[in-house]
Amino acid sequence: MMKFARTLAGLLGLVLLAGCAGEYPQSSIAPTTDFADTIQGLYVTIFWWSMVILAVVWVVLAYILVKFRARPDSPEPRQIHGHLGMEIAWTIGPALIVVAIAIPTIQAVFSTQEVPEGAMTVEVIGHQYWWEFRYPEQGGVVTANELHLPVGRPVSLRLHSDDVIHSFWVPQLGGKRDANPLRAVPEGQEARYNWIHFTARETGTFMGQCAEFCGDSHSLMGVRVMVESQEEFDAWIEDLRGGHATPAAAPAGVPEDAAEGAAATGADPVGTAAGSPEDPALVEGRNLFLANCSACHAINGVSEAGVIGPNLTLLGRRTTLAAGMLENNVDNLVRWISDPRSVKPGALMPGLEYQGGRPPVVWPAFNLTPDQVRTVANYLYSLR
Amino acid sequence: MADAAAAVAHDDHHYTATGLNSWKVGFWTFIGSECLFFGTLISTYMVYKGASLAGPYPMEIFDIPLTTVSTFVLLMSSLAMVLALDGVQRGSRKLALIWLGTVIVFGSIFLGFQYYEFTHFVHEGLTLQHSVFGSTFFVLTGFHGAHVTVGVIWMITLFVMALRGKLPPGKALNVEIAGLYWHFVDIVWIVIFVLIYLIP
Amino acid sequence: MSVTTAHPPAGPAAQHHHEDSGLWSWITTVDHKRIGIMYFLTSLFFLGVGGIEALIIRAQLFTPGNDLISAELYNQLFTMHGTTMIFLVAMPQAVAFFNYIVPLQIGARDVAFPRLNALSYWIYLFGGIYLNVSWFVGAAPNTSWVGYANLTSSQFSPGLNVDFWVLGLSILGVSSIMGGVNFITTIINLRAPGMKLMRMPLFTWMTFVTSFLLVTALPVIAVALILLAFDRFFATNFFVVSAGGDPVLWQHLFWIFGHPEVYILVLPAFGVISDVIPTFSRKPLFGYPVVVYAGVLIGFIGWGVWSHHMFTSGLGPIADSFFVASTMIIAIPTGVKIFNWMATMWGGNLRFTSAMLFAVGLVALFTVGGLSGIMHASAPVDLQQHDSYFVVAHFHYVIVGGILLGMFSGVYYWFPKVTGRFLDEGLGKVHFWATLIGFNLTFFPMHFSGMYGMPRRTWTYQEELNVALFNQLSTVGAFFLAASTLLLVWNIWKSLRSGERAGHNPWDAATLEWSIPSPPHHYNFPALPEVRSRDALWNPAERAAIEAVTLREPETEPEMPNPSFWPIVVALGTTATWALVMTGRWWAPLVGLAFTAVGVYGWAFENPFRKQTTHG
Repeated sequence: MMKFARTLAGLLGLVLLAGCAGEYPQSSIAPTTDFADTIQGLYVTIFWWSMVILAVVWVVLAYILVKFRARPDSPEPRQIHGHLGMEIAWTIGPALIVVAIAIPTIQAVFSTQEVPEGAMTVEVIGHQYWWEFRYPEQGGVVTANELHLPVGRPVSLRLHSDDVIHSFWVPQLGGKRDANPLRAVPEGQEARYNWIHFTARETGTFMGQCAEFCGDSHSLMGVRVMVESQEEFDAWIEDLRGGHATPAAAPAGVPEDAAEGAAATGADPVGTAAGSPEDPALVEGRNLFLANCSACHAINGVSEAGVIGPNLTLLGRRTTLAAGMLENNVDNLVRWISDPRSVKPGALMPGLEYQGGRPPVVWPAFNLTPDQVRTVANYLYSLR
Repeated sequence: MADAAAAVAHDDHHYTATGLNSWKVGFWTFIGSECLFFGTLISTYMVYKGASLAGPYPMEIFDIPLTTVSTFVLLMSSLAMVLALDGVQRGSRKLALIWLGTVIVFGSIFLGFQYYEFTHFVHEGLTLQHSVFGSTFFVLTGFHGAHVTVGVIWMITLFVMALRGKLPPGKALNVEIAGLYWHFVDIVWIVIFVLIYLIP
Repeated sequence: MSVTTAHPPAGPAAQHHHEDSGLWSWITTVDHKRIGIMYFLTSLFFLGVGGIEALIIRAQLFTPGNDLISAELYNQLFTMHGTTMIFLVAMPQAVAFFNYIVPLQIGARDVAFPRLNALSYWIYLFGGIYLNVSWFVGAAPNTSWVGYANLTSSQFSPGLNVDFWVLGLSILGVSSIMGGVNFITTIINLRAPGMKLMRMPLFTWMTFVTSFLLVTALPVIAVALILLAFDRFFATNFFVVSAGGDPVLWQHLFWIFGHPEVYILVLPAFGVISDVIPTFSRKPLFGYPVVVYAGVLIGFIGWGVWSHHMFTSGLGPIADSFFVASTMIIAIPTGVKIFNWMATMWGGNLRFTSAMLFAVGLVALFTVGGLSGIMHASAPVDLQQHDSYFVVAHFHYVIVGGILLGMFSGVYYWFPKVTGRFLDEGLGKVHFWATLIGFNLTFFPMHFSGMYGMPRRTWTYQEELNVALFNQLSTVGAFFLAASTLLLVWNIWKSLRSGERAGHNPWDAATLEWSIPSPPHHYNFPALPEVRSRDALWNPAERAAIEAVTLREPETEPEMPNPSFWPIVVALGTTATWALVMTGRWWAPLVGLAFTAVGVYGWAFENPFRKQTTHG
């Protein structure tokens, strides 16, 4: 009987554990960090215990159903009322299994919530319906929806939310934690954050999404994590910090020091070429951005006042738009800016005209022509 | 609750397995439920203790001597309740009316104190919306006040019944169940008074 | 329910006879059996509503990136699916059985408070209608059945949607608390002579435990709903972070109610099959006291596990560990029950009637849900599985595989008692196998979609996730399951007319409800039988003694409670009180309250009993 149980369990296990990351980019059983490994280890242990119990129950049940089915000649069954020994046995048995599961579980509960030594803190802020990432140890640079992290270095994500509860879940990097709205506290007390700690051991792009229902577009609140070598990561941070302004074409109103900072770092060649300030179309795009978008959005080196919407620095380098919902290209940018709520119900960005959505919010509309939208999109896409 | 009034007369038709009256068992169960209700409200208050961002804070605004007086009045109403039940059981319409009347008056005095306290707090700037303390305090004590109000209406009903001579000893169970309710509401207040007013 | 006949005025003078079948006699009924039937039919109707909601959900998820329905509508659908299935189907369906069966099992003529019982039903009906009226004003609740703060605040949910939800659930909570009070009192006080607690049938026992959970858990959610309602209507700060409020408090309050609620749902089903399995094994329940105590223990420990729904909310390792331990402990009594059911069947003469098939199906499938539950009980593992489709799979194995199968088992088992006719057994077996296939096809693939990263409560999923296949299987399965449930409806319809006639104890069962005629007289028992053992009817001497009492035609009809229309008046008033809060005017609910008060006084001063001297 046990042999059959093992075979059955083996078959089921094969199906259950076969998922590899390539096929299933959001798989919760394809770990790539120490945190995810710990969870996977526990999961596999419990999984096998479960299979054993399930096999025992089902096999015994099947045996009973076949063996004791009533036949015309069946005698009256013996009227047994119980058996203390058996009751004790099937109380103690499961209890021991439960203890065997509980001990490593509780160890893992503590070990996964310990702050690793030398961890780099990144602040993760949930918004309806996008993610903001701040790097306090890298001069406070900010980006959105695509989180870059160095491989092999302990990382602590500090989670909170700007509006309702979200939950940050990138399965291959480990379990989810809620991003709770920060509760105002009386003076002298500290606000409470949730944390996720891990050290990535593989480079690559990992998919995730919000896992706590947060409103109309909860299902459209994706996140991508790019785990890179330390060098790539450092370079990316530098570019992000530098921003996009160059002195020659800095429009009026751009702070002088930000522009200088950008010049000093020498942005990457592609970016310089595409975002060439001499290109009048891009200059016009930038001016339109400053006039229409900068109240909510920031671009380092161009305008840093807008903090309501995602920071758009290096937007052209992102792989996706609208929190993972659209491939990043100019056409999709045009679509997104023109009618954001057709992509994402409940999104707060104005569109070209109000296209419905849930009353009673009345959305403001951009004062832009479709051609101007394309100009802005071209400019934004040039930010590399 | 007032349902107790009518069914009780027919109680003798009921065999019960425990010998206990079904209305009492049912009412005790209901009180158990109410314990959880007030327990949750009180817990909410305790969880939010010290979480207010702006004053007035509890200890600045509570008038302990005044509330002690109103607590004492409510306690005394419980005593009157016991005497009212005794009066009904003994078949004394006069005693029943006197003590039921006392319960009504004392309960109303308590509500008067609460009205005064609420208006005073609002005057001091503590409203339902002002702070977490305001929200938890008014909702907790407000729901208690609502329970006292229901109790007073119930007592008035019994008083009118007694006045019309429709509260013979055979219907003492009506008064007993009303008394259970009244004592419960009283005890809840003592818990609130200790936990919310007295413990800083 | 049949056509209205002329209705004479209610009241002692009218001398209604029970066999009255006019609409008015149903509206004013206080007979636990009729109320049980009304509960059952209403919950069956809402099962259809919740089922259709589920089918639309499944249709939308058939392909990735689908936009068959809008996200806004989807969010309303899944919220109402959950709310409907829990509060309007699973709970009332259990209450339907409590109503019809418990008084018969303990040898009582009715419940302790017949009019209160009617009130519970009417409030349930009106609350259910009120909740669903939201569809017709285009504002069905849309923040999920758990309604996590602060998404439910006026700031983030300004429409009427959450108003309907918070007020609707408040109304339904009133009904459940009253039901709990009623059944506790009934079981404590109305047991026939000799029906000691440890002789009660398991279904009655589980009703008893469930009633305690109802009475204690519902006030907690009531307070949570009140706090939310105050936040929405009176701008208080309970869940407003900028004023120092804490949205996580909502989660605590909700799950302090919510986890006992899980046992409120499942224990009645356990009770049903604990009666069905011995009957069709022709053996007494193995380890009766152990099964009883396991149920009681589950009820108790069920209060200390709530935060296992909140492992991701950041409670810290100490709290996490506590709730890991308590959750693992509660698995033990649940396992004990499974083993005892199996031991009951061991060595028996198993008759695979439809009722027995569903009971065995519960044992097999609930085990699957229980084991995936152990996985989430491990907090770190739950960090992956929480709020994913894996959890959706888990709790549907518990709720459909456990509760619904248990209730179906009960329907086949007790239908002959209620109607005097069998359900078609052949059709019943088809129904069972179709349910089994449809159920597993729907919910088993969800383990995979969840494991591969599909969160729950999502309007759509991206193609890249590669979970389309699993979703398609689920969708096909869901339609299959829905079709199989129609078989039951058809079976009930058909059998009511032409089902094979059943005697008073067609299954040769051991408990007291099988000692009276099928269908029972409105007074149930002509005189109270004396019970001397647990499986009374399996003892030939005792059976003869009991049936001599229970099958006798009484010379004078026992005095039964009068019909009353006050319960429906009070129910209308109560519903109106809550519903009118929606208007946002402080005086509006007072109108409903005044109406309620009139009802309460009318109720309190009417004569609840009639004297019947002749038997028609």
